[in-house]
Amino acid sequence: MTGGDGESILPLELQDVCYEAGGKRLIKDMNFRLEGDRTTMVLGPNGAGKSLLLRLCHGLLRPAAGRVVWHGAGGGDPARHQAMVFQRPVMLRRSAAANVDYALALRGLARAERAARVEDALDHTGLKRLAGHPARVLSFGEQQRLALARIWALRPQVLFLDEPTASLDPAATHSVEQIVTALRGRGTRIVMTTHDLGQAKRLGDEVLFLHRGRLLERSPAADFFAGPQNDLAQMFVAGELLWWRRQKRKLPTDVDPREGPR
Amino acid sequence: MNDFSDALSSALLLLLHWERDLAEIVALSLRVSLTAVVMAAVIGMPLGAALALFRFPGRQALVVLTSALMGLPPVVVGLIVYLLLSRSGALGVLGLLFTPTAMIIAQVTLITPIIAALVRQVIEDLWQEYAEQLRSLGAGPARALPTLLWDARFSLITAFLAGFGRASAEVGAVMIVGGNIDHVTRVMTTAIALEVSKGDLALALGLGIVLITLSIAVNATAFLVKERALRRQA
Repeated sequence: MTGGDGESILPLELQDVCYEAGGKRLIKDMNFRLEGDRTTMVLGPNGAGKSLLLRLCHGLLRPAAGRVVWHGAGGGDPARHQAMVFQRPVMLRRSAAANVDYALALRGLARAERAARVEDALDHTGLKRLAGHPARVLSFGEQQRLALARIWALRPQVLFLDEPTASLDPAATHSVEQIVTALRGRGTRIVMTTHDLGQAKRLGDEVLFLHRGRLLERSPAADFFAGPQNDLAQMFVAGELLWWRRQKRKLPTDVDPREGPR
Repeated sequence: MNDFSDALSSALLLLLHWERDLAEIVALSLRVSLTAVVMAAVIGMPLGAALALFRFPGRQALVVLTSALMGLPPVVVGLIVYLLLSRSGALGVLGLLFTPTAMIIAQVTLITPIIAALVRQVIEDLWQEYAEQLRSLGAGPARALPTLLWDARFSLITAFLAGFGRASAEVGAVMIVGGNIDHVTRVMTTAIALEVSKGDLALALGLGIVLITLSIAVNATAFLVKERALRRQA
């Protein structure tokens, strides 16, 4: 069962997806399928393409090649049944409650329905007393909770979270994790990136490990953290996957000794 | 230096008496410039926002043109509007030449590019910040336009003020299309130009003081409104 109305938009399938920017291929031949109700953690070092992957799935970016396909019947427009939370919350210059209401109005909900959902969402995210406050004067942690309140009210089937706790303190991180867990409990399919391996262990059911735009490993979270199959993933979990190591590994294939570096 | 202090004291005396003629000139100036700013904002704000949000062929040329038109010489605008409104011009039948309406038309032409260019910049910056979030929520550029204008409302005051400053200060355009007719189309700037040429420095200086005072008052009010609102909304 999913959090949205009616049928599911899942499974989501990426077919040979590539993404390029500035003449560089940043996502390479990505193939995978998402279904079920597990929570997927997308891991990898900086520059692995985690955020790009989420944006490609969510439709904010168009692939240079390949296809992003939502197979489920899901009420016609898959965009209506998914949502995304960004590393930096973006709030409109209006009250906390009005920010949640705005998102619902975009989905065409009637006023009475919106009011009920706004109240419910602020209640579940512990923001009820801040409902009337201008959203942009809230603390960073409160703004990220407000971003999740927006999601709570929208009731998406699939939620992408791009390092939602990257700049939060432990207390704020904890409350974000609680809300994500509650969303999951309501049937929302979670796909999330993080640099916090502890968080990945706490929340994740499965792990996608990305490195330099490629999907190198996909395994259940327990297996991944017990010992990844991929050697780069092993180094990553051990905290040893550093930039220069990658450069070194690249040498034999990417540089022709007769011509020098490309 | 004596000329100046003489003129200044006479000017202050004139202002103290605040004669009907003086009041009439000041009132007409405000009417023309404020009407022009409001109309230019109605045209320029959506235009600038559209330039910021939509991608279409010729957009860049339009952006450059708008910025270039910010520096339109008032006398040239006056001349063009004059040609359009004069008896033999395309809009001659309307009989608008040498009326306040003609002056408003000229000033709208003059300041619409200023407002459009400034609004474009403000909205473009804000769209940078909001684009991903709004698109994620399902709002494309068209739906985002009113949201962005509303969220940029405090910054837009600056564009409005720049337009008002330009309108109330210019003399070339209103002189040509208005004709500086006493009791009909005489505004502060044209009156100052006339009085200086007649050698009546006192009246000219008095009007100058009123013009600058009004400008400061308008800007101070806008500043206070903006500050208060920004403190509340962050």
